Amino acid sequence: MKYKSQKIAYQFFLLAMLLFVLQIIYGFIMGFAHMGYDVLHDFIPFNTAVTTHKNLLVVWILAGFMGSAYYIIPDESGQELWSVPLAKLQFWSFAIVGVVAVAGFHVGWWEGRKFLEIPRPLDYLVAGNVILFLVIILMTLLKGKQTTTSWVLTMGLVFAALLYLPGMIYFDNIAVDSFFRWWVVHLWVEGVWELIMGGILAYLLIKLTGVDREVIEKWLYVVVGLTFISGILGTGHHYYYTGGPSYWLMIGGIFSALEPLAFLAMTIFAIQMYRKGNKKHPNKLALYWTLSTAIVSFLGAGLLGLAHTLPGVNLYTHGTLVTAMHGHLAFWGAYASLILAIISYSMPLMTGRNIFDNRIGHLAFWCSNIGMIAMTAAFAAAGVAQVYLERIAGYDFMTTAIEIQPHFFVLIVAATLFTTGIVLFIINFFKFGKPTDEALQTEEAFEALKTV
Amino acid sequence: MLSKKQAKIFFLGGTILFMLIFIGMSVHSLMVGIPENTNDSEIDDQVKLGKLIWEEQNCMGCHTIMGEGAYYAPELTRVYSRRGETYIHAVLTAPEGWGFRGRRMVKYDFTEEEVAGLIAFLKWMDKTELNGFPAAPSLPPPSPAH
Repeated sequence: MKYKSQKIAYQFFLLAMLLFVLQIIYGFIMGFAHMGYDVLHDFIPFNTAVTTHKNLLVVWILAGFMGSAYYIIPDESGQELWSVPLAKLQFWSFAIVGVVAVAGFHVGWWEGRKFLEIPRPLDYLVAGNVILFLVIILMTLLKGKQTTTSWVLTMGLVFAALLYLPGMIYFDNIAVDSFFRWWVVHLWVEGVWELIMGGILAYLLIKLTGVDREVIEKWLYVVVGLTFISGILGTGHHYYYTGGPSYWLMIGGIFSALEPLAFLAMTIFAIQMYRKGNKKHPNKLALYWTLSTAIVSFLGAGLLGLAHTLPGVNLYTHGTLVTAMHGHLAFWGAYASLILAIISYSMPLMTGRNIFDNRIGHLAFWCSNIGMIAMTAAFAAAGVAQVYLERIAGYDFMTTAIEIQPHFFVLIVAATLFTTGIVLFIINFFKFGKPTDEALQTEEAFEALKTV
Repeated sequence: MLSKKQAKIFFLGGTILFMLIFIGMSVHSLMVGIPENTNDSEIDDQVKLGKLIWEEQNCMGCHTIMGEGAYYAPELTRVYSRRGETYIHAVLTAPEGWGFRGRRMVKYDFTEEEVAGLIAFLKWMDKTELNGFPAAPSLPPPSPAH
């Protein structure tokens, strides 16, 4: 850690970890409900659980992005954060809005719009909070050294904020509402969030492999270029069957089929940089998480997305558990693992405690990744069985739901392994202790590892 | 070999070009395609009320509509023609909350006006043109002998 103000990242990472645990608990509630044990129905009905599960995901990933930016931007721009008191204010307001939103879901204070359930008054507070965050980041960036990595990361954050706005407009026609909802959700996760992902990944690769910044940033441009070229018109796969004109079937089909290329490029980019760089950096756990982000995001977001994105297939898989299969591995690979990578990298530098390569850390890595892949397989089995029974053979919804219940038992077993991994990761997180100014300049020891 | 500047042009040029195409297609979809496919002119106050309740009660948190939602309860795009008005009314007004083969729906205390709004919303949805979704089952129904 070079600057004292980078320590603010810790608070965001801590919040992210707590919300992640809560998200997993709600996931179990839903898994048991699908198995036929909806025992909490009177207190936490399924629609409350699903809304809480999804929004906790969004909030903890955003907390992770914000923490990452607070850690990376001062380092990249070569100076302290513009205002630490304002950053603390931004943290507490973000945490309070997040907690109020989640509590509100339990008393029916929501908008029933998938992923955008936060009610309108809180939307304004979210917008205000994000503006404050962006002001702090931009002021730091503009006053200091400007690198491609920091600009790509910041642009991702700015456009993520701007894209939230179309989701705040009310429409009487649910098809129009859905159209704009995907402007937010798709252009986030398959657009500007990938800018953020690319920026964080590039930063980690520069630090961990020692490869020349110019080389990494050149390929960063190519990767994010491919992301937008395929991803923007790839939004069309959400418009096949939601009231849009039929030309989206062709346009969405072609560009969605190209979307895995961006993730493949991200994977090749990370692996090539790893192979090109030296292997001396002691933080093996950060390297594992960085490479797994690149690889698993390709599997989850790229390949499993491709598996059901073509219109002829999607006609039958749309609105089934096949989507949950793709969604879980995609979010895990692309965004959750990325946050765990930056935490694994930055915590030793913020605290001065060199937990780089311990047994718990490796167990956490393997249990969570194997657990999530097994969960994806369980969702796949349930989803494909649902498609054949309900959509192809014509059985009614509940007949199908009862037939596929055993797959949710497998899901819960797999989720238990996944949860074990996450708990181990969090144990490691707490073993680091809190950040300290004594950890300043710890990074210097690794500067000599640069290959160029 | 590709230079960093060329890579930057590829990123910015590609992004701007495809963003402009996307915006053009979106404008057409919003002005022409969606209004036609969804009979936008038929959205009256009752349908609007139904859509508002749909969101306020977070029906999408269990059901799917146009294939979008949470996969825990039935897809409702064509429920009006599949089940009929009387059945939907019974579901929405079940005194202890609707339950079906072990899966329970949240208990609601809708007024008759709200029930009528939800039914009008589902009736409107039933007539939307969604490029063939939901598709008819491609296999014939199982024969009684099996």
